Amino acid sequence: MNSKEQKRTAPLVAASSSADSSALQATRQGGGGFESALVRRRVSQIVLYALLIIGALIALFPMLWMLSASFMPTGEASTYPPHLIPSRITFTHYRELFTRLNLGRYLFNSTLIAVTVTAVSLVVNSMAGYAFAKLRFRGRDRTFRLLSLGLVLPVQIAMLPLFLLMKNLHLVNTYWGVIIPGMASIFGIFLIRQYALSIPDDMLDAARIDGASELRIYWEVVVPGILPILATLAIWTFLATWNDFMWPLIVLSDEAHYTLPVALANLSGEHVQDTELMMAGSVLTVIPVLAVFLFLQRYYIQGVMAGSVKG
Amino acid sequence: MSATIPPSGAASDELLSEPLPGMLGGLRRRLRWSRDPGARTPADVGKAAWWFLAPALILIFVFFFLPVLASLVLSVTDFDIYAIANPSGTRFVGLANYAKLMHTPEFWQALRNTFYFALVGGPLTITVSLATALLLNARLIRFKSFFRTIYFTPFVTTLVAVAIVWRYLYHARYGLLNYALSRVGVSPIDWLGNPHWAMPAIILLAVWKQFGYNMLIFIAGLQAIPQDLYDAAEIDGAGPVRRFFNVTLPLLGPTMLFVSVITMIGYFQLFSEPYVMTSGGPLRATTSVVLMMYEEGFRWWRMGYAAAIAFVLFIVILIATLIQFRLQKERT
Repeated sequence: MNSKEQKRTAPLVAASSSADSSALQATRQGGGGFESALVRRRVSQIVLYALLIIGALIALFPMLWMLSASFMPTGEASTYPPHLIPSRITFTHYRELFTRLNLGRYLFNSTLIAVTVTAVSLVVNSMAGYAFAKLRFRGRDRTFRLLSLGLVLPVQIAMLPLFLLMKNLHLVNTYWGVIIPGMASIFGIFLIRQYALSIPDDMLDAARIDGASELRIYWEVVVPGILPILATLAIWTFLATWNDFMWPLIVLSDEAHYTLPVALANLSGEHVQDTELMMAGSVLTVIPVLAVFLFLQRYYIQGVMAGSVKG
Repeated sequence: MSATIPPSGAASDELLSEPLPGMLGGLRRRLRWSRDPGARTPADVGKAAWWFLAPALILIFVFFFLPVLASLVLSVTDFDIYAIANPSGTRFVGLANYAKLMHTPEFWQALRNTFYFALVGGPLTITVSLATALLLNARLIRFKSFFRTIYFTPFVTTLVAVAIVWRYLYHARYGLLNYALSRVGVSPIDWLGNPHWAMPAIILLAVWKQFGYNMLIFIAGLQAIPQDLYDAAEIDGAGPVRRFFNVTLPLLGPTMLFVSVITMIGYFQLFSEPYVMTSGGPLRATTSVVLMMYEEGFRWWRMGYAAAIAFVLFIVILIATLIQFRLQKERT
């Protein structure tokens, strides 16, 4: 068996190596260094594109399959050999999610929480980030260093006492229980501060000489100046809040308050067999964040790249 | 992370400028009300600064730093389900929770699983990210932003949703992964049902989900390397492989450190994937430290014990981060 296989592959290897060497000879003899360089360029270009396309297919495949399976009639996603394209398109799973399984409610909860956290955190973090970047006060460096310590602490350490705190504040199982801990973020403050450092001091001093109050300076000079990074932070916060799972899972115990990821994880336990239904639920969970990302990706990607390299 | 450490030069010099001496300051402050332009003293600005900081600092202190400290206290108590109703019965138990952990095989297994995930998944993610970044940075390629967007897409998706999708892709009988493998002669693997394959399956999902973010950071790092260096190396006769190891990799040092630290810290916090895909099974093969903490703390309400688990995780992450900084320092 083994030797046979070896024999079968041997000529192939020989053929390819001889092809290589003949090509090599052709370049040497022909003296057309320019043409061969062009050919080589073409070949490596094709290889690079092939790799890129394969990578893109791998990156997209799970999502494309999710979308396709969500339109399949019940049971079609669990057949062998598997179907990639629905034999006929049906919307029953989407309808069932909204009518019987309360998905509209979770969609509302997720949107409400993500929008509120984003709006509040923009104000809170930008004020703090601006103060750290541009206002002089005693203890600034010390406070900033203390804050940066927080970046090393995994959030999970805080969760047990945070739950007890929320319980005492009667915020367990309310939207506020999810919203309040998300309202300020160390990462957000750092992001804003980094960007706000580039605001010229002259501009702020000029506004001061004109008699503008500090709050007015923040609102009319600083905020317009840092709009791009505010966009970045807004998208980042919205996506992170929408996708967050562990804390909402802990603090929301009543189904009426579930966010989409929590509801989805819960549903997937009960409906393990309903592949198509679960895919429809996943589509509805992912679509809003994908839409936000695709429309605003310019700001998002710039933010990711800017936040990391400067140091 | 290095990005966020404040530049120590210019900024701290400004801090040294003291508010004006008392009397003059008071005079100036009074003058502010007479709408004298430019009469605001540094002290006034400082006061305003604290007003700007207050909301963020109060929130972060009350809802993050305070709970972290409380967690340390919690971990030396026997706080449990009865204590939730009546906290006064809670007793100080010293290091008993930690001692108990050290004698619990499930904890060691969770620690092993977490290390497995972080130490295999982390480098794998970084390798894939760097490879795609190099690919997208190639001069011969066009449509870069198009491909970049596609590769980044998995990162923005909701983890719970894609974990559910992957659970079906991994299905032993109907899953597309096994179907694809069967076409090349590999017999079906029970990805999530076999203790040996469950963690690799979760790692594969994590790499798919995460590589796009690191890739972006690597692209930014690659673009910061001056082209002259490559040209010089090429003139010296260095091929693409030599150029990668002698120019690209050393100059990516800080980026590499940032990416490794961020990836590793994230991976040590593994929770959602096993929660959704395997519930920590089979045979606890995918139970991570955080999943164990969640179960002890929020399913069985042994909160003192769970707090000890959380703290061990913190120590592990801290040590791993310090090791990476040390390694980076040695290399340069």
